[in-house]
Amino acid sequence: MTFANFRIATALGLVLGAVACGFVPLLWLGYANGFSGFDAYLPRVVAFTLKQALLSTILSVALALPVSLALARRDFPGRQLLLRLFSVPLALPAIIAVLGILGIYGNSGMLGGIFPVYGLPGILLAHVFFNLPLAVRLMMTRLETIPAESFRLGAQLGFTGNQVFRFIEWPQLVPAMSGIASLIFLLCTASFAVVLVLGGGPQATTLEVAIYQSLRLDFDPARASILALAQLATCTILVLVAGQFATKIQVFPRTLAKVTRCDGKSTLSRMLDACSIALAVLIVLPPIASVIVTGITKIQPDQSLLRATLTSLAIGTCAAAIGLALGWVLASSAARCTSKTLRTAITLACLATLVMPPAVLATGWFVTLSPITDVNHYAMLLVIILNAMMALPFVWSPLYPAIIDASRRHDRLSASLGIAGLARLRLIDLPTLRKPLALAFLMAGIVSLGDLSAISLFGSDNLVTLPALIMRQMGHYRMDAAAGTAVVLAAFCFGLITLAQYWSAERDNA
Amino acid sequence: MSKLFAALLALMASMSLAQAKETLTIYTYESFVSEWGPGAKIKESFEKTCDCTIEWVGLGDGVAALNRLKLEGANTKADVVLGLDTSLTAEATATHLFGKHGVDKSQAMTPQPWTDDYFMPFDYAHFAVIYDTEKMKSPPKSLDELVNGDPAQKIVLEDPRSSTPGLGFLLWMKSVYGDKAADAWKKLQPRVLTFTPGWSEAYGLFTKGEVPMVLSYTTSPAYHMVAENTSRYQAAAFSEGHYLQIEVAGLIEASPHKALAQKFLAFMMTPAFQDFIPTNNWMLPAGKTGEPLPDAFSKIVVPTKTLLFTPDEVFKNRRAWVDEWLNTLSK
Repeated sequence: MTFANFRIATALGLVLGAVACGFVPLLWLGYANGFSGFDAYLPRVVAFTLKQALLSTILSVALALPVSLALARRDFPGRQLLLRLFSVPLALPAIIAVLGILGIYGNSGMLGGIFPVYGLPGILLAHVFFNLPLAVRLMMTRLETIPAESFRLGAQLGFTGNQVFRFIEWPQLVPAMSGIASLIFLLCTASFAVVLVLGGGPQATTLEVAIYQSLRLDFDPARASILALAQLATCTILVLVAGQFATKIQVFPRTLAKVTRCDGKSTLSRMLDACSIALAVLIVLPPIASVIVTGITKIQPDQSLLRATLTSLAIGTCAAAIGLALGWVLASSAARCTSKTLRTAITLACLATLVMPPAVLATGWFVTLSPITDVNHYAMLLVIILNAMMALPFVWSPLYPAIIDASRRHDRLSASLGIAGLARLRLIDLPTLRKPLALAFLMAGIVSLGDLSAISLFGSDNLVTLPALIMRQMGHYRMDAAAGTAVVLAAFCFGLITLAQYWSAERDNA
Repeated sequence: MSKLFAALLALMASMSLAQAKETLTIYTYESFVSEWGPGAKIKESFEKTCDCTIEWVGLGDGVAALNRLKLEGANTKADVVLGLDTSLTAEATATHLFGKHGVDKSQAMTPQPWTDDYFMPFDYAHFAVIYDTEKMKSPPKSLDELVNGDPAQKIVLEDPRSSTPGLGFLLWMKSVYGDKAADAWKKLQPRVLTFTPGWSEAYGLFTKGEVPMVLSYTTSPAYHMVAENTSRYQAAAFSEGHYLQIEVAGLIEASPHKALAQKFLAFMMTPAFQDFIPTNNWMLPAGKTGEPLPDAFSKIVVPTKTLLFTPDEVFKNRRAWVDEWLNTLSK
């Protein structure tokens, strides 16, 4: 037990320490400059930030619900492929995704003019493009844990489709819902490039943009810290409120029987499922296709592309490993701890980089570290750490509910059998948590692969990842080469997911 | 995990081992030192003239370089900062970190005589509206025509809060319209498709065909002519004149390598540096070049009038002008 306490203290200490190193110096600078920056513009910014994030979240979650139910229920050719493609948006830098969306709905796009892509509708479309697949993936991990017996029992009792949803599926989804919704809300709150490019002007400004401005153009730490506090307060309140809705997770006794579904046989149900899947396909795939069609012939296989690919791979792997290790410790402590305060603290720590803009953290780290050492030499390490922290929410989401499940099921048994430590890890935790762990690691890796904020804060001429290379190419008029690099990034991420799925499937059959 | 961490630390420590030669650390913007920028060639060229090494530190852009310097203050590792522009020099001088360059100011071949004791220019270009000749037959002939023109023909601009060209256009509007700039922005607003975070996004939208016009530089058409052999994209000449961007470098007063830094700034004005500017940085050289510029540069728009606020004017008013823009357009 003391070891477990030590572990959680270390993990929590690391995350909170990193946040403190980032935020405290900025607050201090802000305090020294006499906190200023409340003006008429700030409430407008907060209002717009919340409005677009709320609408984006509602749309993404509301659409993801029928889509994930349909995808869990149905099997059809291309299903696996579709699920893999659903992970691609997470890895695409915002500007590439935006160019993909414009390739379809923009003024010069294939379907130009049918959708007002500049303005709030465009922002929402882009956010749904990013977050619908994410929500579907996360909801499906919950649905996949429903044991076959539940559906058999439902069939014996003659459940209608509605009853299956009400008594079997919904109770399994609901504990994860508030977590998924808050994750998406925070992601949309922190949205930057999408809001600027598609927003059409300064009337569409998020707090994140305002913070960036005050840290960059104005170099005004006083205003930056006020804005960061506003962001912190808004997001924290939200997470706390969402936490109130988190209900207890149901635990089913489970066998390894294969799930056969007796519901959803009616024509109406088939049609509805087909419609929801088609809708998701229509939202998510065309922009990806547009990115690929634009860039596939323009890949420039040169030294810089190879180097960037290797750098991305190295940073992504390290960041995902650190993120997974931290997230696993934090999630398993939170799942087992009885103190609600501690649990909330852990949840907030995991969401730190969404609540606290990376630009703020980076500036603070810089202030903390630069008197001690030459920060430029530790750029890679700092990028990895920041990426690992940015990956935490994505590790947390699939892992936390799964660990709660597993701990309810195995903790007492393991304790009575005296299985602990590595033996427990090997015999109990790894086999049962394999799928959510794999998904968590993958998502962490993909988030890090697609990261542009940490790399642009700390990156330098000899530290270039694929997204950074895309921006460099664009910055040198090489829009075509950038489109090619985007295809490499998407393919790279798609390849990783495919590998992970094969690995996971092989173990399933074993 | 701890082994990995230790290995990483060891790797980084080995990279930071001091080199025997005198090292000149230069902060600059990232694209100057990327594989297509002039950085590597200039390093090689300068190292031939001295027993020294240049270490480039590429940071996001000029603003990021200046902010880094402000954060580091007297602890800075920089000996030279290269890539600020005249909108930033007053702010940079106010940090009291820069020393006088001591280079002959008459060497500067800028459109206006050079007077700054702290910074020397290395290149310049005028901002310009670039248009797509396939989509636009009669481009605006003045800023006023742009402001009052057909809202169906849109332009993409950069956000002055996050982008240097964006700020440049804001200053351009201000220098033409003065107190009436807010009204002009209101009129221009329906023509603006969007304000992007940086030049890259704006230019990306433009070349993708989303808009027939984009804010860029008079030198942009030269890139398309030289590298892509097309004259499809052209700069619109504006009768009120064009706002000028001059990129400069300065040395850190407290640097232990101040003599070398001075030598570098003098070198900057020679052909051994300037020859790499036009076709690597796509700007006009601010010093003598050894060979004539590529033909394409003779075809670019040469503004009849140059508009430029003094660095002090920008320093004093920038915040208020950006706020004015923000309040006008965010309502």
